Amino acid sequence: MSEWVVDARDLTKVYQMGDVEVHALRGLSMLIEPGEIVAIMGPSGSGKSTLMNMLGCLDSPTSGEYYLDGERVAGMVDDQLADIRNRKVGFVFQGFNLLPRSSALANVELPLRYSSTNGRSRRGMARSALEVVGLGDRMNHRPNELSGGEQQRVAIARAIVNEPSIVMADEPTGNLDTKSGDEIMELLLSLNHDQGTTLIVVTHDPEIAAHTGRVVNIRDGRVVMENNL
Amino acid sequence: MSLWQSFLEAIGSLSANKTRSSLTMLGIMIGVGAVIALMGLGEGTQASITGEIESIGTNVLFVSSGGEADNPEALTIRDAQVIADPSLAPSVKNVAPVLQGKVEVSIPGESTSTSLVAITPEYHLVQSADVAQGLPITDDQLENYASIVLLGTDVAEELFNRTTDLIGEKVRLNGQVFTVSGVLEEQGAAGFGSSGDNQVLVPLTTAQMRLLKRASSDEVDLIYIQANNAEGVPAAEEEVAQILRSRHRSTLGEDDFEITTTQSIVDMAETITNTLTLFLGAIAGVSLLVGGIGIMNIMLVTVTERTKEIGLRKAMGARKRDVLSQFLVESSLLSLGGGLIGIMLGFGIAIMVGRLISIDAVITVEVVLLATLFSAAIGLFFGLYPANRAASLEPVEALRSE
Ligand SMILES: Nc1ncnc2c1ncn2[C@@H]1O[C@H](COP(=O)(O)OP(=O)(O)O)[C@@H](O)[C@H]1O
Ligand SMILES: [Mg+2]
Repeated sequence: MSEWVVDARDLTKVYQMGDVEVHALRGLSMLIEPGEIVAIMGPSGSGKSTLMNMLGCLDSPTSGEYYLDGERVAGMVDDQLADIRNRKVGFVFQGFNLLPRSSALANVELPLRYSSTNGRSRRGMARSALEVVGLGDRMNHRPNELSGGEQQRVAIARAIVNEPSIVMADEPTGNLDTKSGDEIMELLLSLNHDQGTTLIVVTHDPEIAAHTGRVVNIRDGRVVMENNL
Repeated sequence: MSLWQSFLEAIGSLSANKTRSSLTMLGIMIGVGAVIALMGLGEGTQASITGEIESIGTNVLFVSSGGEADNPEALTIRDAQVIADPSLAPSVKNVAPVLQGKVEVSIPGESTSTSLVAITPEYHLVQSADVAQGLPITDDQLENYASIVLLGTDVAEELFNRTTDLIGEKVRLNGQVFTVSGVLEEQGAAGFGSSGDNQVLVPLTTAQMRLLKRASSDEVDLIYIQANNAEGVPAAEEEVAQILRSRHRSTLGEDDFEITTTQSIVDMAETITNTLTLFLGAIAGVSLLVGGIGIMNIMLVTVTERTKEIGLRKAMGARKRDVLSQFLVESSLLSLGGGLIGIMLGFGIAIMVGRLISIDAVITVEVVLLATLFSAAIGLFFGLYPANRAASLEPVEALRSE
C-alpha cells in the first residue's frame, strides 16, 4: 500500500455548456492517508460531486494529476477506469441505486461479477459483507422488501465487498430520516474504526461532519478551509 | 462477466417484462414460422412432383416437331422407323410414334369427349398402357386398319357404368363404329396433365385414315422413345437428334424438332418450385426483417429505461464489453426464443397444410439449424446498435438520469 490513498494535485474540471464554460473544479489538491475518514462540505454547486466523481475514477479531470493508491489515474482510458473502480473504489449513493429485481445478496455480489472472482467465493464474500452491515438475516430480500436504512446498508455492503482502497459516499443520508441517517453514519464510522476503511463522505450536516476526523470545505471548486479535529 | 452470468441476467430482465418480451418475440416467431412452413411445403411439393414424373419411367424420352426453326418439318412414320434401326441408334430400345387428339365417343344414349391416342404395338412397351381385359393392339390390326378401340377406365365408366365385360361392345368414335377390344388398367390420378384413364387407344393406321387427318398421310405428332436404360438416355437423345437432323436436312440451321426427357421435365419442375419457394421465402424474410426492427426498437426502449442501471454497473466496474454483451445476449435471446417457437409453429403449419393438400412436408435438419442460427444472428444484428448505445454511456451522466 502506498503512502497516500488519494494524492490529487491541482485538479480542474471544466464542463462545456454550449458557449459557456462551467468551471466545476478550479485547481483542487488533496492528500488522504490510509484509514482516514474525510467529510467534504460546501454549498450546493460548489463542486463536491464533481470532486467525488474524479476521486472515484468515474470521470477524468480536465487537468491535474491524480494517483489512487499509487496508480496514476489521469490519462486512463474507459476500460482502465472501469477496472480501477472495480478493484479500488466502493460507492455509496444518495439514492441507494440497488437493482430492484435482485436480492440483497445478488446486489452485493454485483461488483464481484465484474472481477475475476469465482462464483463460490463471490457468494461467500457477499454474505460476510452483509453480515458486517448487520443484514445477515435479510440476504434474500429484495430492495422493495427493505426499509430505506436497510437498503442503504445493502449499498454499503456492496461498496465494501471487494475490499476497496477507498469508499466514496456522496450524501449517503440525504434520502433518509434522521434516525436511519444517524445509524448509517454510525455504520460508516464503525467500518472505518473496526476495519480501517478509508472513507470520503459528502454531507451537509455539521453534526455528522463533527464525527469524522477531518472536514474539508469547498467553495467554487476550491478548498477554502480544512479542519483537522 | 461470464456469458452464463449474462444469460441468467438476461433471462431475469426479459421475464420481468413478460408481455413486452412475448410481443417482441412474436414478430420473429411469425417470420421464422412462415419461412419454415414454406420451405417444408416447397420441398415436399418438389419431392412429390419429382416422384410422379419419375414413375413415368426415367428411360423414356419423346420427340415432337417444332423446336427453334421457323418452318418445322413434320415427324413421320419413316422417321420413327429409322430411329428404330439398331445400327443407327444403338441406345434406343423401342420406338412408338403416335397421333393424338380429341374424339367424341358415344353409344346410344351416352356420349363423352375424351383424348384419342393412335398407337403402334410398341406403345404398350414404352408407356404405361397395360391392358386389364382384352388384348393390346397388334401388328395385324395395324396392317388391316382395324376398327377396334381400347377404352380407359374413366371412359368405360362414363359410357357403360362398368369396366368389365365390355369386349365386343360397339362404340362410335366421331360417329364411326369401332369394336371394343379391351379396357386399360386403371392408373389413378396422374397429378397433372391428362389422366391416363380418360383416353381411348386405336391403331395408328386407322386413325390416320379415318379420325385424325394430317397434311401428309404418314405424319405423326409425337415419337416416344425408350432407351436401353436410364443411363442410356443422353446417348439415345444424341443419336435421335443426329438422325433427325440429317433426315430433315437441318444440320446447319436450327433443329426443327424437340426432344424432351423425363429428366428435363424433372429439372423444369424443380426450377419452378425452387423459384416459387424462393419468392415466398423472400416475402417471409421481409417479416423477419420487420421482426428484427421490432427487437431493435424494444432494445432501444430498454436501454433508455435502464440508463441509471447501466451507470451503476459501470461504477461497479463493468467495462464497455460487459454492457455490450449484456444487451446483445438479451436481444439474441429474444429473437432466438421467437425463432425456436417459430420453428415449431412452422413445423405444425407445414404438416397440417401438407395434409390438406396431400403433400408430405419435408423439413430438413439443415433448414432447422439455419433458421436457428439465422434468428440468433438477427438478434445480434439488430441488438448491436442499442447495445452499443448502452455501452457508450458516460457513467456519470448515466447515474444522474432518472
Ligand atoms: N455534467 C455537467 N455539465 C455541466 N455542468 C455541470 C455538470 N456537472 C456539474 N456541473 C456544474 O458544476 C458545478 C459543480 O457541480 P456539483 O459538483 O454537482 O456540485 P455539488 O455536488 O457540490 O452540488 C455546478 O455549477 C454544476 O452546475
Ligand atoms: Mg452534489
